[in-house]
Amino acid sequence: MEVLIQILNGVQLGLLMFLLAAGLTLTFGIMDLVNLAHGSLYMMGAYIAWTFIGWTGSFVLGALLALPATFVLGMLVEIVVMRRLYARDHLDQVLATFGLILFFNELVRAVWGPDGKSIAVPGFLSHTIQILPGVPYPAYRFALIAAGAIVAILLAWLVARTRMGMLIRAGASNRRMIAALGVNIELLFTLVFGLGAAFAGLAGLMAAPIASVRIGMGDDILIVAFVVIVIGGIGSIKGAFVAAMLVGQIDIAGRAFLPDLLKTFLSPASASAAAPAISQVLVYVLMAGVLVWRPTGLFGQRP
Amino acid sequence: MRARTIVPALVLLLFAALPLLTQAFDQRYLLSVGTRIVIWSIAAVSLNMILGYGGLVSFGHAAFFGIGGYAVGILSAEGIESGWLQWPVALLAAIIWAAIVGALSLRTRGVYFIMITLAFAQLVYYLSSGLEAYGGDDGLNISRSRFGLIDLRDKASFYWLCFALLCASLWFCSRFAVSRFGNVIRGAKSNELRMTALGFPVFRYRLVAFIIAGALGGLAGILLANDGAYVSPAMMSWVKSGDLIVIVVLGGIGALYGPLWGAIAFFALEEFLQPILDLMHKGWGEYWQIVFGPMLVLVALHARGGIDSLLGRADD
Repeated sequence: MEVLIQILNGVQLGLLMFLLAAGLTLTFGIMDLVNLAHGSLYMMGAYIAWTFIGWTGSFVLGALLALPATFVLGMLVEIVVMRRLYARDHLDQVLATFGLILFFNELVRAVWGPDGKSIAVPGFLSHTIQILPGVPYPAYRFALIAAGAIVAILLAWLVARTRMGMLIRAGASNRRMIAALGVNIELLFTLVFGLGAAFAGLAGLMAAPIASVRIGMGDDILIVAFVVIVIGGIGSIKGAFVAAMLVGQIDIAGRAFLPDLLKTFLSPASASAAAPAISQVLVYVLMAGVLVWRPTGLFGQRP
Repeated sequence: MRARTIVPALVLLLFAALPLLTQAFDQRYLLSVGTRIVIWSIAAVSLNMILGYGGLVSFGHAAFFGIGGYAVGILSAEGIESGWLQWPVALLAAIIWAAIVGALSLRTRGVYFIMITLAFAQLVYYLSSGLEAYGGDDGLNISRSRFGLIDLRDKASFYWLCFALLCASLWFCSRFAVSRFGNVIRGAKSNELRMTALGFPVFRYRLVAFIIAGALGGLAGILLANDGAYVSPAMMSWVKSGDLIVIVVLGGIGALYGPLWGAIAFFALEEFLQPILDLMHKGWGEYWQIVFGPMLVLVALHARGGIDSLLGRADD
């Protein structure tokens, strides 16, 4: 039953990465913006949630307060910096958002201190659930899967069924045209960026109880989120979802099952050291393979 | 026009005399800063060749640091300490890696190119952290390469070796910029279709440029490993690739001496922003990146041409 548990873990990691990748692929697809600082918003979400949870004493209340806060923070970042970058080439965007990462990492160190924080698993989710007789699974991870799935469905509904979603899709395929049609494109961009920030913040605060809240927590996962959207095809929500699930499964399966596999020809110590590294490598090999096969990703627009 | 010849000459002269100056004024620490500037300049020169002249935004250039460094490190850990053997092997490793990465990633364009080069660099990063036999995450202490003629443990002679290699790379880059080969690379940056229509196999030209840049990046990695007598996965983290891009852009994209200006500015800021902020308000210095980060944003937004453009318009 180890396999079932690891598949669930993979789904959970995949959904988390999807939340992060969704905002990234939207800003990428619509605004043509390489936003390296997206991971900083993930980190800010976790830290802001930590503060609010401390104030209110409740995980749910804290999370509910942190979401609008990261939404506003995202819109602020968009208004102050990002909107000046849309017309620039990717190099300027990489440089400016790299600067933002340094800024946010150091800001967190100045405000919250250098030590990591931890957010406790909320009490009502700290038990385990029997998924099959004799196979326990932590309730919090279940809640993560449920919350991630609900948000994914909401996002799919938003993009496919609402007026804003229609504008988003139109913007992704031709933003000059929808501006010419009289859509307030500045406001749309600000809202989309705020939305992406809120999703990133949500991913950050949901991951906090099982990972840790620390400086730079968003940087490593951001790279993986980039891998996800590149595999899926930039601008495609569907692609981001499929790729996130794929990457989640590969990463978890590699960590879970590679050590045993490697032990057949390596010493146990070096097998357990090499396994996480190799499972990470597999993710990048997947990406390289996809790009060689389809240079614009699985669901990307052909040039 | 005159500033363009006088300033680089003066700065290079100053750098040539740095070990004597630091000894005269008893500022040994400055020599180690100078060594880092020179080594990073070599890496930035190599990145500038593909990013600046070629318009190829490689976000994985620090991988070459790692490959050059680890080749030296692993050979040294296996007891092979001769630089005559270590360095060619390390360069060859960097060349092979550059050929593989270039052949695969140059098929993509724009953001996809940025991301695939980053992904390959991450691949090496994680591979190196999985090398338990060679230190894994903690890295590996190594002994410096032995050459017989020069003793790399002597800080001044090591510095001069690095400086000579920097001068050689600058000379090479200046020849590259005006050569037929370099003109094809630059032409493909402004209009790839036109170069293809003219009959140039752009992909192959770019691949060769990528490999040359990779070899030079590997050389910087060899020097970096010898400078610290230490290699670790951290030397090829994606942040280092970002730092390299920052240096190239800060100095001036596609300017011959841009990488040198960028590296000087980058490390000077790192060294001096802290004490300056501490002077303004005790304790602020610790958080110098709060100032440095927005400075990068401003550079990206407003400083077209980087530091090099302060010297006046380029010749061409």
